[in-house]
Amino acid sequence: MSIWLSSIVFIPTLGALLFLLLPARSAKTLRNAALVVMLIDFVVSLPLFWMFDPSTSKFQFVEQAPWVPSLGINYHLGLDGISLLLVLLTTFLGPIVVLGSSAVTKHLKGYFISMLLLQTGMLGTFLSLDLFLFYIFWEVMLIPMYFLIGIWGGVERIYAAVKFFIYTMVGSLLMLVGILWIYFNTTVPGIGHTFDYTQILRYADFGAQAQLWLFAAFALAFAIKVPMFPFHTWLPDAHVQAPTAGSVILAGVLLKMGTYGYIRFAMPMFPHGVETFKPLMLTLAVIGIIYGAMVSIVQTDMKKLVAYSSVSHLGFVMLGLFALNQQAVTGALIQMVSHGLSTGALFLLVGVVYDRRHTRLIADYGGIATVMPKYAAVFMIVMLSSVGLPGLNGFVGEFLILLGTYKTAPVFAILAATGVILAAVYLLWMFRRVFYGELVHEENKGLKDLKGIEWASLLPILVFIFWIGIYPSTFLNKVTVSITHFIGQVAH
Amino acid sequence: MDYAILMILFPLLGVVLNGFFGNRWSGKAAGILASTMIGASFVVAVMITMQLIGMDPHHRMEEIKYFTWIKVGGLNLDFGFLIDPLTTVMILVVTGISTLIHIYSIGYMHGDSRMRLFFVYLNLFVFFMLVLVLGNSYPIMFIGWEGVGLASYLLIGFWWEDQSKAEAGMKAFVVNRIGDFGMLVAMFLLFSHLGTLTFTEVFDAAAIKWGHHIGNATITAITLMLLLGATGKSAQLPLYVWLPDAMAGPTPVSALIHAATMVTAGVYMIARSNLLYMLAPTSMTVVALVGGLTAFFAATIGLKQMDIKKVLAYSTVSQLGYMVMACGIGAFGAGVFHLMTHAFFKALLFLGSGAVIHTMHGALHHVHDHHTDPQDIRNMGGLRKYIPVTFSTFFIATLAIAGIPGLSGFFSKDEILAQSFASGNMLAYGLGLAAAVITAFYMFRLVFLTFYGEYKGPEGSAEGLHESPKSMTVPLIILAFLAIVGGYVGLPIVLGENVNLFHNYMHPVFAHGQEVVHHHANHLSHATEWLLIGISVAAALVGIFLAWTIYRKQGKVALPDAAQAGIDKVLLNKYYVDELYNFIVIKPLIGICNFAWKIFDAGFIDGILVLGSAKSVRWIGGGVRRLQTGVVGNYAFMLAVGILVLLIAFLVN
Repeated sequence: MSIWLSSIVFIPTLGALLFLLLPARSAKTLRNAALVVMLIDFVVSLPLFWMFDPSTSKFQFVEQAPWVPSLGINYHLGLDGISLLLVLLTTFLGPIVVLGSSAVTKHLKGYFISMLLLQTGMLGTFLSLDLFLFYIFWEVMLIPMYFLIGIWGGVERIYAAVKFFIYTMVGSLLMLVGILWIYFNTTVPGIGHTFDYTQILRYADFGAQAQLWLFAAFALAFAIKVPMFPFHTWLPDAHVQAPTAGSVILAGVLLKMGTYGYIRFAMPMFPHGVETFKPLMLTLAVIGIIYGAMVSIVQTDMKKLVAYSSVSHLGFVMLGLFALNQQAVTGALIQMVSHGLSTGALFLLVGVVYDRRHTRLIADYGGIATVMPKYAAVFMIVMLSSVGLPGLNGFVGEFLILLGTYKTAPVFAILAATGVILAAVYLLWMFRRVFYGELVHEENKGLKDLKGIEWASLLPILVFIFWIGIYPSTFLNKVTVSITHFIGQVAH
Repeated sequence: MDYAILMILFPLLGVVLNGFFGNRWSGKAAGILASTMIGASFVVAVMITMQLIGMDPHHRMEEIKYFTWIKVGGLNLDFGFLIDPLTTVMILVVTGISTLIHIYSIGYMHGDSRMRLFFVYLNLFVFFMLVLVLGNSYPIMFIGWEGVGLASYLLIGFWWEDQSKAEAGMKAFVVNRIGDFGMLVAMFLLFSHLGTLTFTEVFDAAAIKWGHHIGNATITAITLMLLLGATGKSAQLPLYVWLPDAMAGPTPVSALIHAATMVTAGVYMIARSNLLYMLAPTSMTVVALVGGLTAFFAATIGLKQMDIKKVLAYSTVSQLGYMVMACGIGAFGAGVFHLMTHAFFKALLFLGSGAVIHTMHGALHHVHDHHTDPQDIRNMGGLRKYIPVTFSTFFIATLAIAGIPGLSGFFSKDEILAQSFASGNMLAYGLGLAAAVITAFYMFRLVFLTFYGEYKGPEGSAEGLHESPKSMTVPLIILAFLAIVGGYVGLPIVLGENVNLFHNYMHPVFAHGQEVVHHHANHLSHATEWLLIGISVAAALVGIFLAWTIYRKQGKVALPDAAQAGIDKVLLNKYYVDELYNFIVIKPLIGICNFAWKIFDAGFIDGILVLGSAKSVRWIGGGVRRLQTGVVGNYAFMLAVGILVLLIAFLVN
């Protein structure tokens, strides 16, 4: 048994331990060390992409060992096409968020330790195939993120951090009840109760009624994380208050935990629940798309605008997941990755001007394309990717989702497609007010264009914005079989 | 024909070279580089066309697949090209006119601090425009479709320091997105009913599926949704409002994107989808009506505009209406023919207006006047003496658009009018004819006010009036040549069976659709055709005569805005359509958005539900805390009360 996946999960933890030995004084050392750890983790994870066998839906690189045998808890990690992309997205964004932390100066050591532990939590969540283990990683993520917002955040960071924490906790607790119920109602012949995901799929036989309750419990936990309308109000606060890097992780990876939760757990385990709740989920998804976009239009704070746009974009993901056909679900997965890249990049970009001017208000800018032409160009590309311009990454996901959804739920697809119009409104309007017009504010006249470290964090994302847009086959090929399998599990 | 890809690679190379390394050379060098790239594309386009013409007329179609773009489940999209007669007309027009306008821009944009960026955008536009017309499926076309929208957005707002220009760019993009919504829905419908989005497969499958169910609701919905897309891109009612504002862009952009090429994309798309439209007669009627009404409606607005470019903009909307109307009556070939001739004379008109503005700029600059509007025709007059080349080429284009026999516009417009008459759609014919009179009128009004009479610019500025440089006048002369001769490939049928070369060349593109619905072209008798030609010419002459009477003979000058009243004022203000949209769409939308955010999101969800539940927890907690006093006596009392309650409960049961 290889320990490849474990290495990927725990390299950041090892790094965090190493940080305890580092002097807290030398910021440069701390930054470099964090970058190196994240880079190592990325490099270690990268070969997964080539070694992964896309022709099977079975979990690969599996690691399984009894952990608490008396309670049926296993240490069980594994990877399929779906988690492959999300794991790589996470390790890819790792070094980028370290680079995006250049404005953080307070308690650097604790900051990077939080970030590394968060990385472990996220990777563990994507790779866990044991409900108990999954729950542990799920909760582990919460704590460093709470600190990242609460310590390194903006003026109202405490409010935002507590709100984030309580919101997520409420959902998680219901899920925990669900997990325990599953445990006590699943019996593996000759072994007893189990938390093991693959065993549960194989042996569990919950009645249709029980599935409804279980689905509801899991779905609420995940809906809060996504976040789906109407459980989204923690997100704008968390994003606005979080430091740039926190927002990037939040948008880039943490929100995907919710959608991943559906695709990995809630949907395959409780197909009856999916059947019953499908109309509700599709409805909430479409409301999220339109509502998120509409609220984005009138935002005055750039970060808040991007935060609400996430509600809209993730509505597309949910729509695709519950439309349950090959195009729609594939689109949802691509959209998860695309959103991670585009929205992550948007937060980095907002961070660029925030670091220089210490304001995120749209009204404090205007005409800055004249002094920061390169920044404007990069912003434009990322914005277009978010708007869903064909040829860039955002289009592939959205198009597949809508195309697939139309086949099973045409009315929802048509309503959702109006989100495409609204996305152009809120992003282009913001762009116009921030970049175009005359340079009215004296303070903006001396703004410096992108510097080296900012390029370093943005360029890799730009590469994938184009890559996924122009040649998505690289990624589509990896997920096809896993998604066919997923649809079979849910729609049998 | 694999080398067709070079056509899009040259402009892309131009984007990359000028975009990444352009700061190492001058703006002029960037312009020369960009022009060379488009010139190279033009050469490729010519080679492709020659090769296609060399093939057997019935097999003039080549599909090239380069790589798999998106393959998921039953969806199989290649990045590929479809090359047939329709494609070749489009690529020749696009690359040919683009080359001329690139060269013109070297002179026009001279001295602009962002000249290099201008050429990056311009090359980017050509790249996407070629993808649009070359793509072999709806989604590939859609890449180009959205891409040209982007280029248009960037170029309209090119002088972004001016808030209103940036605003105009945004308006163009957003309004077009409404049309794109239609395109998307059409694609969903096509895919869910036919399982494919590749042109050839879609048309074959549609012919089989709906060939015996003509007028089926699904195919009608598909074609109407496509039409919505076309009304966005080709500026038809009700989505035309972005095009006049798009004149905020530099004039070469207006000529290339907002007159000759991009705005014709909707017409191209309808012509490309001709088979689908043939299967949906109701949609055809709607298309004809939208086109005819747009042609007429926009022409009336053109009557009273004071900005030289605005006159041309409404004229473009109107002429696009003709093309759309042609498609609606089944005369797709005539529509595309007018697309081509219009590209020549309208590009010429815009470039000519650019030369006029350039000249006026120079004159105003001469007297250090920064207040007078160089685009307002009320400040011009008598310019023909100062800029003879600009004047004569502009005049030729005016004759062409007015429909004077012998020039390109005459042939294409006449074919559309004759075909609409033959189709029996008298409303379309009537609208087209009325628009023809108005077109001749407003164009000659423009010519008379701009080039004839007395120069009305600020005192002393006349000395600063000079002809534009060679890089600008040479393209004018070439386009003037095309505006004259461009129509001779499509002579009226009345002159002989095989004189309409254009029609014959395009025939295979539309043959399949006509076969499926057993459509036979309505032939008119020679006498009728001659009569119709006579009526068209008379219409043009009436318009010209009226303009001459009012603006030359009576020497009427246009009044200042404030002095306008009645119908003049309504026309000057474009029927207040923008104000109407603002009132019924934009204001309510912003209102709803604000409601969603402030009242619903922050107030209801966050305020009442979230904080409400948090507060109720605290309240309950606070209440419960009060019970825990720590005084044993209290506990004993509570215990006793509890027991009592339980006892009563038991006894009652």
